[in-house]
Amino acid sequence: MAKMTYIKAITDALDIMLEDDPKTLIFGEDVGKNGGVFRTTQGLQEKYGEERVFDTPLAESGILGLATGLGVKGFRPIPEIQFMGFSFEAMDQIVGQAARMRFRFNGKQTSPITIRTPYGGGTHTAEMHADNLENYFASTPGLRVVMPSNPYDAKGLLISSIENNDPVLFMENLKLYRSMKDDIPEGKYTVPLDKANVVQEGTDITIVAYGAEVNEAKKAAETLAKDGVSVEIIDLRTVSPIDTETIFKSLEKTHKVVVVQEAQKMAGVGATVASAIAEDAILSLDAPIGRVAAPNSVYPFAQAEDYWIPGADEIVEKANEILNY
Amino acid sequence: MANKSVVDFEAIKKDLANLPKPIQVLDENSKVVDQATFDSFSDEDLVEFMKKMVWERALHEQTMNFSRQGRMGFYAPTEGEEASEMGTVLAMKKQDYLLPAYRDVPQLIQHGATVTEAYLWSRGHVVGNEYKANAMMPQIIIGAAYDEAAGVGLGIKKNKEEDTIAFTYTGDGGTSQGDSYEGMNFAGAFQTPTLFIVQNNGFAISTPRHKQTAAPSLAQKAVAAGIPSVQVDGMDILACYSVAKAARDYITAGNGPVMIETLTYRYGAHSSAGDDPKRYRTEDEVKPWHEKDPLIRLRKVLEDKGLWSDEQEDKLVEEYKNSFKDAIKEADAVPKDKVSDMLKRTFEIPTPELRKEIEKFEAKESKE
Repeated sequence: MAKMTYIKAITDALDIMLEDDPKTLIFGEDVGKNGGVFRTTQGLQEKYGEERVFDTPLAESGILGLATGLGVKGFRPIPEIQFMGFSFEAMDQIVGQAARMRFRFNGKQTSPITIRTPYGGGTHTAEMHADNLENYFASTPGLRVVMPSNPYDAKGLLISSIENNDPVLFMENLKLYRSMKDDIPEGKYTVPLDKANVVQEGTDITIVAYGAEVNEAKKAAETLAKDGVSVEIIDLRTVSPIDTETIFKSLEKTHKVVVVQEAQKMAGVGATVASAIAEDAILSLDAPIGRVAAPNSVYPFAQAEDYWIPGADEIVEKANEILNY
Repeated sequence: MANKSVVDFEAIKKDLANLPKPIQVLDENSKVVDQATFDSFSDEDLVEFMKKMVWERALHEQTMNFSRQGRMGFYAPTEGEEASEMGTVLAMKKQDYLLPAYRDVPQLIQHGATVTEAYLWSRGHVVGNEYKANAMMPQIIIGAAYDEAAGVGLGIKKNKEEDTIAFTYTGDGGTSQGDSYEGMNFAGAFQTPTLFIVQNNGFAISTPRHKQTAAPSLAQKAVAAGIPSVQVDGMDILACYSVAKAARDYITAGNGPVMIETLTYRYGAHSSAGDDPKRYRTEDEVKPWHEKDPLIRLRKVLEDKGLWSDEQEDKLVEEYKNSFKDAIKEADAVPKDKVSDMLKRTFEIPTPELRKEIEKFEAKESKE
């Protein structure tokens, strides 16, 4: 066991997988000598050489096309998109190409690619550096979307993602990178890619969250506990697929739910969770489904960011509304 | 402010248009213009080239027939491009990895896919993509394969695969997509064993080449990526083959990527799905290209040498067309793709939601 930040846990997972599988390759903008703009790949080029960990020209579509081509030739690429806002440049290579390989070739050629990319608000970055874009990718067949909320999960989910034989978009939360530490077991362990995590058990209301909002849900639960409310928190861990079974089981006990996301409200993960509940578990509920999400605007410039991102206060407010229905 | 310019942009621009003559072995009148290259081919080689072009023309004609009978799905006509397509692919080896675009099905077959598989691909059946050939399925996003060709090339290099390259095709329109530049730039930066081929057939559906770019040649587009490139007469199979072979030799010697622009022409429509070329070009524009026809050009050489006759060609065409008729019968016999099977190949391990959908469709399908 060692105390590790989210970022160190990711570096540890990458180190393990480079050691474990000679076919793994890490590449992207500034990931080599510089160790990534967040130092996520720090020391890996030194340790494994430029053949395995290398810098690329500055072009996201080129990076992802390179990954698909390398996949065809038996490699297990781990490309990095420096900031998730830059992934629009690679939309065809991710959605139109990599995610369709198994389908096109009936498994005879595949894309065992893990795309790592930082996302998420609260760090007052320049435009296109903080957007929560999971909604675009979670609707892509053939692609898994993983969003760890803590260092332990980050390491285990990243190892599972790299070992998976299909493409995975691994989203790393910027605000969490250095703001929390966990006890991380040494060596290799995995966290499943289709199982939500019950973070804390409770009996009065269920809060479903993922990514950095899991911490906000925990803070909200503390506040609600002062009023005697027992909150169950479910961390989705992966937003494609979504583990509805764990959610439905919880609702049989609590009968109330608030679905929380940092991303804009329209047509996204929270909407999918809410519709799944409405379709298959509505009779477990005795109040409407509560939703907490960012408003449907462009991601704000840094000045307004802190007010725009949904926090613990909004979750408490929504939970009380549902509890008092 | 000095009014005398420090730089003469107009002179630089004019210089860009100062292009070397495209590589040619046989001119439009079948006259040998590069004797040394011509002499490097045996009579058997020349006959083989002719047969391949006759095969591709016959494949086109028979496929159009099937298309008119409603027996095909998507089909992109290849008539006029036989020298460009067969010439380049014949210079490749089986271990090379092909990344074709949708008009490059003849090369895909030449590289190891069967005609039956090509027909199944056209009809949208996954069995059509399960070929043994080292190849991607035909690319629809015409610039995308250039990125992937850099990746396959890098993989070949990292695997230290001897005497092996990645080769890919796009068209004149494809060179306008950003991906074609990104792919070439990556291949250049990593010095991958990749051959980029641009078949400039004059039109991207209806948009003529001159509206596509101000660049005097498409071959020039590789220059910015530090990649040597050349224009070749795409109606001259001897030139196309020789240039592709030279490119492959250069690449396998460890010199990094090459780009070839073949100057060719699409006689027919963009696709069999309702494109009418009369809307965007006149017969007068098309006629001079028919006069450059790749089959006529080589046929004349062979006839002069007493190596070819009409009877021989008619017999071949009939043989080929019969084999295509057999191929489509074989395609007809392949059971229809099922939704449940389609769902199963989305992921290696289906998601819980997909598992439910699979069960649902399997139950439905078992009643049919």
